[in-house]
Amino acid sequence: MVRLERRPEPSRHWSYATPILAVVATMIAGGFLFAFLGKDPLVAIRTIFWDPLFNDQFAAFSRPQLLVKAGPLILIAIGLSLGFRAGVWNIGAEGQYIVGALVGAGVALAFYPLEAWYVFPLMVLGGALGGWAWGMIPGILRTQFNTNETLVSLLLVYVAEQLMASMALGLMRNPDGGGFPGSRNLGDYPAAYNQELIAGTGMHWGVVAAFIAVIFAYILLNRHIMGFNIRLTGQAPRAARFAGVKPNRLILFCLGFSGALAGLAGLFEVAGPAGQITIDFNVGYGFTAIIVAFLGRLHPVGILLAGLLMALTYIGGELAQFMLGLPAAAIQAFQGMLLFFLLAGDVMTNYRVRIGKTEVA
Amino acid sequence: MDLSSIDPILLIAALMVAATPILLAAIGELVVEKSGVLNLGVEGMMITGAICGFAVAVETGNPALGFLGGAAGGAALSLVFGILTQFLLSNQVATGLALTLFGLGISALIGQGYIGVKPPTTADLNLPILSDLPVLGPILFGHDAMVYVSIGLVIAVWYVLKFTRVGLVLRAVGENHDAAHALGYKVVRIRLAAIAFGGGCAGLGGAYLSLVRVPQWTEGMTAGAGWIALAIVVFASWKAGRVLLGAYLFGGITVLQLNLQAAGMKIPVEYLSMSPYLITILVLVIMSADKSRAALNAPASLGRAFHASS
Amino acid sequence: MTAAHLTLSGLTKAYPGVVANDDVSFAIKPGEIHALLGENGAGKSTLVKMIYGLVRPDTGQMHLRDKPYDPANPNAARRAGIAMVFQHFSLFDALDVAENVALGMDQPPKQRELALRIREVSETYGLPLDPARLVGDLSAGEQQRVEIIRCLLQDPNLLIMDEPTSVLTPQEVDILFKTLRKLASEGTAILYISHKLEEIRTLCDWATILRMGKVVASCDPREKTARELAELMVGGTLQTPDRSGSAQDEVALEVAGLSVPSSNPFGTSLRDVSLQVRKGEILGIGGVAGNGQEDLLAVLSGEVRAPKGAVKLGGQSIGHLGPNARRALGLLSAPEERLGHAAAPDMSLTENALLTGAIREGLTRRGFLDWRAARVFADSIIEQFDVRTPGAEHAARSLSGGNLQKFVIGREILQRPDVLVVNQPTWGVDAAAAAAIRQALMNLAMRGTAIVVISQDLDELMEISDRFAALNEGRLTQPEPTSELTIDQIGLMMGGAHSPNNGQTAEVTSEAAHGTA
Repeated sequence: MVRLERRPEPSRHWSYATPILAVVATMIAGGFLFAFLGKDPLVAIRTIFWDPLFNDQFAAFSRPQLLVKAGPLILIAIGLSLGFRAGVWNIGAEGQYIVGALVGAGVALAFYPLEAWYVFPLMVLGGALGGWAWGMIPGILRTQFNTNETLVSLLLVYVAEQLMASMALGLMRNPDGGGFPGSRNLGDYPAAYNQELIAGTGMHWGVVAAFIAVIFAYILLNRHIMGFNIRLTGQAPRAARFAGVKPNRLILFCLGFSGALAGLAGLFEVAGPAGQITIDFNVGYGFTAIIVAFLGRLHPVGILLAGLLMALTYIGGELAQFMLGLPAAAIQAFQGMLLFFLLAGDVMTNYRVRIGKTEVA
Repeated sequence: MDLSSIDPILLIAALMVAATPILLAAIGELVVEKSGVLNLGVEGMMITGAICGFAVAVETGNPALGFLGGAAGGAALSLVFGILTQFLLSNQVATGLALTLFGLGISALIGQGYIGVKPPTTADLNLPILSDLPVLGPILFGHDAMVYVSIGLVIAVWYVLKFTRVGLVLRAVGENHDAAHALGYKVVRIRLAAIAFGGGCAGLGGAYLSLVRVPQWTEGMTAGAGWIALAIVVFASWKAGRVLLGAYLFGGITVLQLNLQAAGMKIPVEYLSMSPYLITILVLVIMSADKSRAALNAPASLGRAFHASS
Repeated sequence: MTAAHLTLSGLTKAYPGVVANDDVSFAIKPGEIHALLGENGAGKSTLVKMIYGLVRPDTGQMHLRDKPYDPANPNAARRAGIAMVFQHFSLFDALDVAENVALGMDQPPKQRELALRIREVSETYGLPLDPARLVGDLSAGEQQRVEIIRCLLQDPNLLIMDEPTSVLTPQEVDILFKTLRKLASEGTAILYISHKLEEIRTLCDWATILRMGKVVASCDPREKTARELAELMVGGTLQTPDRSGSAQDEVALEVAGLSVPSSNPFGTSLRDVSLQVRKGEILGIGGVAGNGQEDLLAVLSGEVRAPKGAVKLGGQSIGHLGPNARRALGLLSAPEERLGHAAAPDMSLTENALLTGAIREGLTRRGFLDWRAARVFADSIIEQFDVRTPGAEHAARSLSGGNLQKFVIGREILQRPDVLVVNQPTWGVDAAAAAAIRQALMNLAMRGTAIVVISQDLDELMEISDRFAALNEGRLTQPEPTSELTIDQIGLMMGGAHSPNNGQTAEVTSEAAHGTA
């Protein structure tokens, strides 16, 4: 019989190895899934993971997309990872992303058509504040009324979606749009446009912000008492209180910070790649970022790599949809599977497998 | 706005239908949580149940088989959660989230060929005489069988938890898994059974959504119903009877806002549509603010991993 | 000579890195109260788990009345007539007494019938219990009754008791012993596990002594002195700690009229607690588990806030301050639970040194961590307190209980506290480590630190404290000089009779404290 035995301390090797093993296992299981859907599994895997970067025909278009897609994923996941480490489960980043975009776009539309250098910085501020405020709602409810922040943050996603619909159809609707839903396109408003910084790379301000967030989170977690307190609270809440951590302040910090980063991601998206507020502006970055955070071991550098990998599956998925007729949903299932394999593999970090005589359980 | 177009009798009858999916999912999750497991994947299990039930009903032409298929789909997905959390000791919150993300993906994948298809209709019971009673007839006796199944399930869960040995053992495992283990109870096995039951109920709820309530298949059609079911378990402070109350209250709000939309109320549609979510949050806040009550009823081992170390 | 009821022959059980039981053999006769004596970690728990079907032996056999006995699980053990009262109760707080009893039985009768039988049996054995009450609302002593009644309802012929008196007052211990003697006289064999020598000498007919998993002696405990038994158990001569009274006049810590509601629905609220500790003095606080010990530590450490003036450090009001502000002023503490409260299990010793040492040891600069200094601090704790570990980079949970406790206590002592509050400093720790910790605390007092030791080990408190007070249902008795107290007086104090010497009540003493404040 196989049984598990708790390790005296977590294995560092396994904690690095599991994400890689999870990716490999997902490719294999995904291959079966694609074969089941009647696609050649090897071709499908190559189309998703190889062609977007190295195929002569597609790479020129796909490569910049990598950073465009990875930027918001990394930015949001960095914020979420701090909370997850502290045991604060904000799963409503999608809502904070939407509200950040709404506030940021609102700032831009309020200034339209003024051409001034301060419009874009004000939008950035607005985006961060919007996401922060939306994240603080579950934070305040949790600290004041002990309400479960997981459920509240998630339910607020649906509220944010309705709010966005009402904005796209009402207050923010483009007056020159001939009655079509959706706001003005910020791509036509230079002072507000988040343009590509280096042509052909996909690098925009949001990607820069993501890199800064990675560095910031790394320093915070490894060199600062705040990061230490976050880790301590997640691992041993009573020890944290003993060490003088104020749990409520930490909860508010985590929810506010992750909300602000998600809001920023929304702002950079609406001001750049998306260009406008529409009913279907959000595409699930806030949920995929949860996978990115776990796949990256809640470690800033890991999240950077995981964000790039996840962005690749998005682009590769689109390519596979276009080339092989692979349904878009297959990629979503594929990403979910990745998280399963990762969580399953985690057991190896804390437990050793023993084969032999069993204990009576 | 024309409020007179809202018929209170039809409203009550409709709220029972609107509440049934959530009621089914919530009563299943109640059992799971009573055993000490927090499965946040209700949304994923519901939507998987919705498409499995829909597909089976369409392929066989038999709605009853469809409901069975939905329950089986939800239970199968829940066992993935069960294996990960009970054998591989993964974090329950993270695994529940993964279940939801995966469920949304896999259901969309299965549902490729079913968009726009009409499912076979689930007949109302239409009991002679009883259904024709004024007022009471349409409210109490004019529904399809699943409405009664869901109420029966609530009563059964209440009875089993309160009066039977199985219920006592289940509560004991959720309260203190180490003590239950020391007394010789199979903690992991009991929890797996509870998880599968919860998955089956969530799947049934999903199938009701796609076969009766809507009735058609669209991607992401559960639209947060699973999360609301989770909230209702908290609202009910882990008591079966109050799950019924919570679900019907929620159903009432949903139906009322739909009626107000139809009656052309001056509030934009979007704000009416967000009201069920806002009210769910409000109810959560009110329930959780009372610390003593919530703390007494929540199973003490909820969400904690169990490993028989010695 | 009567035939043995249960015979163990050559039982061996190994875990990775440790042989818990090595070739253990002995026999228990019907009607015999048989002591199993040994230090923490000697292998007592593993042995009884094998008898109770929770763990399977690697080799060796058991015989029950000459028939081979090999229980696959606790149910099989119970069917064979073996019942067990656990040290950490296998009870369910949110269920009532009758439900708890039913869970321990294979074929429980209907609840109403069961309630009647619980009343009946509990009164026969002098252990009154109300079957309808929630177990979480009962005192530790009453909870133990639930365990015992659960066993007795199954008419066992072998009853295993694992450290049963650690949660009882001396008076409750007397009642328990009467019950056990009555059971033995009816022919029930009792396996009594303990490390308390005096009570084994009072109660038991025979003793088997375990050390490092092996049977090292078996004897009639009434024919040995406590010291002889102790040396058999520890395997060497015991050193008694040396100290001379060092209490000065100046009051270091003062608590006056402190009442704090418990945060836990089944917890104990502190009621009108008053105490004073002088520099260089050790105040021992005894009491049965669950009478507010954790709450008292939390309110002194600053984890739970109190009214500003209710706690004073060197005359300064600090009740409203948090743990770090109190640390800065010189009030340090070490909670009971090592893993998860005093230390973070998965963090390294360096990180755990930082956990409380950041402020007084200057391990941070404008919020940024000085890992090198933290490592130096951790290394100095490891060296000065003889913590056995391969290095400070290893996780706290990889240490044995005794070593981690030395680390936790050493971490606070090295920060030169003015006042140190510790809860259960030697709980679950081997004798050598316990002696080292007690000596370290006494040395600290001799250097002028005021120390509050909260403990459930009366022998420990008698040994090291200058004055003694007891916690009962959140109330603290008037502290009395330890040297003037008899065991009966201590028992009365623990049982809630306040201040045996002069009959003063806690209310009166708190008024007096207000007067001096």
